[in-house]
Amino acid sequence: MEWETVIGLEIHAQLATQSKIFSSSATAYGAPPNAQANLVDLGYPGVLPVLNSEAVRMAVLFGLAIGAKVAQRSVFARKNYFYPDLPKGYQISQYELPIVSGGHVDIVLEDGTAKRIGVTRAHLEEDAGKSLHEGLAGLTGVDLNRAGTPLIEIVSEPHLRSAKEAVAYLKKVHTLVRYLRICDGNMQEGSFRCDANVSVRRPGAEKLGTRAEIKNVNSFRFVEKAINFEVARQIEVLEGGGKIVQETRLYDSERGETRSMRSKEEANDYRYFPDPDLLPVLLDATFIRAVGATLPELPDQKAARFVEQYGLTHYDALVLTAGAELADYYEAVVRFLGGEPKLAANLVMGDLAGFLNRDGVEIGASRVSAEALAGLLRRVADQTISGKIAKDVFEAMWTEQLPADDIIAARGLRQITDDSSIEQAIEAVLTANPGQLADYRSGKDKLFGFFVGQVMKRTQGKANPARLNELLKKRLGGA
Amino acid sequence: MHLQTLSELAAGLKARQFSATELARAFLERIGRAQAQLNAFITVEDDTVLAAAAAADRALADGSAGPLTGLPIAHKDIFCTAGSLTTCGSRMLANFVSPYDATVVERLRAAGVVTLGKTNMDEFAMGSSNETSYFGPVRNPWDRARVPGGSSGGSAVAVAARLAPAATGTDTGGSIRQPAALCGITGVKPTYGRVSRYGIVAFASSLDQAGVLTISAEDAALLLGVIAGFDPRDSTSVDLPVPDYSAALREPLAGLKVGLLKECFDKGLDPQVEARVRAAAEVLRQQGAQISEVSLPNLPLSVPTYYVVAPAECSSNLARFDGVRYGYRCESPRDLRDLYERSRGEGFGAEVKRRIMTGTYVLSAGYFDAFYLKAQKVRQLIARDFNRAFEQVDVLLGPTTPTAAFEIGAKTSDPVTMYLNDIYTIGANLAGLPGISVPCGFADRLPVGMQLIGPHFAEARLLRVAHQYQLATDWHRRIPEGYA
Repeated sequence: MEWETVIGLEIHAQLATQSKIFSSSATAYGAPPNAQANLVDLGYPGVLPVLNSEAVRMAVLFGLAIGAKVAQRSVFARKNYFYPDLPKGYQISQYELPIVSGGHVDIVLEDGTAKRIGVTRAHLEEDAGKSLHEGLAGLTGVDLNRAGTPLIEIVSEPHLRSAKEAVAYLKKVHTLVRYLRICDGNMQEGSFRCDANVSVRRPGAEKLGTRAEIKNVNSFRFVEKAINFEVARQIEVLEGGGKIVQETRLYDSERGETRSMRSKEEANDYRYFPDPDLLPVLLDATFIRAVGATLPELPDQKAARFVEQYGLTHYDALVLTAGAELADYYEAVVRFLGGEPKLAANLVMGDLAGFLNRDGVEIGASRVSAEALAGLLRRVADQTISGKIAKDVFEAMWTEQLPADDIIAARGLRQITDDSSIEQAIEAVLTANPGQLADYRSGKDKLFGFFVGQVMKRTQGKANPARLNELLKKRLGGA
Repeated sequence: MHLQTLSELAAGLKARQFSATELARAFLERIGRAQAQLNAFITVEDDTVLAAAAAADRALADGSAGPLTGLPIAHKDIFCTAGSLTTCGSRMLANFVSPYDATVVERLRAAGVVTLGKTNMDEFAMGSSNETSYFGPVRNPWDRARVPGGSSGGSAVAVAARLAPAATGTDTGGSIRQPAALCGITGVKPTYGRVSRYGIVAFASSLDQAGVLTISAEDAALLLGVIAGFDPRDSTSVDLPVPDYSAALREPLAGLKVGLLKECFDKGLDPQVEARVRAAAEVLRQQGAQISEVSLPNLPLSVPTYYVVAPAECSSNLARFDGVRYGYRCESPRDLRDLYERSRGEGFGAEVKRRIMTGTYVLSAGYFDAFYLKAQKVRQLIARDFNRAFEQVDVLLGPTTPTAAFEIGAKTSDPVTMYLNDIYTIGANLAGLPGISVPCGFADRLPVGMQLIGPHFAEARLLRVAHQYQLATDWHRRIPEGYA
């Protein structure tokens, strides 16, 4: 039987404010437990929340970036439930009147087509603390450092039709919040995490199937795996004549499966009501316009410009604009180089990306600066070295952190461009391989590549490939 | 000197008729003697009081004293006071030492006031008789078989029996004005947002407001000038300048339009109380005020509206008392659920539980619209009635309570009868308006209070009317037998 998958994501992005959303405590990650929890965060009797205006600015910026409506009046509400890491017994969130509603995010599917994913709403809320179980001899510890950290919860429409689409959307939002500098996007530290609402239905069905909500999946890979597992599970249940029950499920990354956490019947009644300690957030049009004026160039705009300005393929432009820092680095390379945007794109996406990835280094901490990389590319452009030698030089630059010219000089890597040296090498190779020469002559054209390789080997890769090709062709054709 | 008003004591301190230490000792001694009879205080720390008084004396000597330096006052035990117990009248917080001062406490300390102690109150300010306190009922000094009113009953009794010249209180549905009326003293509930709520253990956040209980309106003006004003730590406090309340007292009442609140002269009103309030209106008329009658048709809906809104907010506000971080924790909890259930079950008293359950119910899925939303709409209607009334008159006048003080135990078995005691005071809370209760006579030797309600931020006007009335009468200077 055929089934259609329907997915909606709820993304929680921690806003990169210095202090918490309703208190003056710092939000930095990794402090000793409860070192960043003041009386407000601890929910002491008599304390009151005061809204951090920076969190509001960031939410507005996000709303404008996804073409959403930014509410001139939004209201904080209390979501009531008991848990030890929720000090007040309620979470301050937004319910009926969120600050952002009705936006969209465009993703590119595997076949290259674009798809628009609707964003129902995005609202401000405070994070809860953490319960700690390890090393406490059967007791539970509570760390309230995270309690009160500002979050924006971004709720998508159920427009996603596969795990891959969900990941593409998640990555796009991840890119966006980092472009806007409103979230550090660190998924290991929980700064960016998501819940997935997953259901399946028969193709063409109007009604959505019963959904399961998969909680707190904290990597792109796990999102894909969790959704795929869940889709397969639901199809198996339905095809076996069973029914899907609405429930919350937890993804177990070690076993690669989702398991039931609580059913709809066990779900809390959160008893939302407007928080009487906080006034409605009133934003005038002037403020919203002023925030809009600070919007940076967004990923889609930047990618379009890269295609236009640098003549890159759409795919390359997307890769290079996946992060604002990477895009900035690339543009700096082109600027230093004074042109050659495609050459620059290849090295940035290839070798540089490879080494960053291998060493787990962020682009901002790259061991080869944009200026140094431009220095290397200049030598490729002026044919001092070949593209192949450039790879070795790059590796040396990464390891030794020296300029390209120093490495080329010290290792004698200058390309051989004078014809006589190349001809000499060709003669030597042909002499040394009479059998192959004979075969070639009898029609084995493919051996041309073998001779190129041998000459390159002889010249330690320094022969100018274009000249070598031409001279070899002449020599073999002429004899 | 214990019979003097705060203003008189301030003059005495300045003139060196007595020292702050002598003053503090005198009141400490009175508190100690009356405690067994009245149970007005929960915490009194003599050493701390005397140290503060000694500091005040030094300030008085070296000229660094402010207008309130050395004046002793008591705080309702709902205000957080750094380093001492803040119990809120509950077993839940019987062991809770606050690490910080409420804004009201902080401002009074900064003005040089000496804190005498923490007064008894209804548990979490939920009650109208001071019978719900974990620390036992407070007794009315006019008749110790009777209640003092609540929830600021300890503060009202402390002032009435002259155990303190003034006290702070909070008023969510009448908790300052009602005990002030039943104890024969002056009690002011300011406009919502006039005084910071920071550091006040929250009961119903959209209704709670701090104020003062004093002998006279003049004393109230003095204290209100210190505690009022914007506080960046309370988002609902209002950033408006604080007028000179004391200076405003002197203006006579000629031309003042006073509206008698028709709905407060209802069939539940005791005839003697009605007679005293009408007589007070006559005094105001003789002072130049124009008296008319004003109707607020939706005002009778105050009590049911309040008993939806206030419990809803309290059910959420009191969720933080879970036995995890501070306050009462049950013995050897088996698991998390047991910890919550027994800590809260054992830590809260019956009235608090009743309101938490009511509030949880009205906020629940399926009931929210019918109760909470509807109550909010009625609240708007009541506020609109008040606004219309203030287009016609400058202040509204009526009785503070339907009857004088009732006997201890008389209403404990029927919560609704108890709730109806606040029928005249709740409207001002729902509309966020300032109100003042002023002693205006006696009914069977028990004090009667009249209530004045003004437009938002009209505290100066209310204090002026009360002060002018107190210039013409001496009800506010009457002292219960045995406490002179």
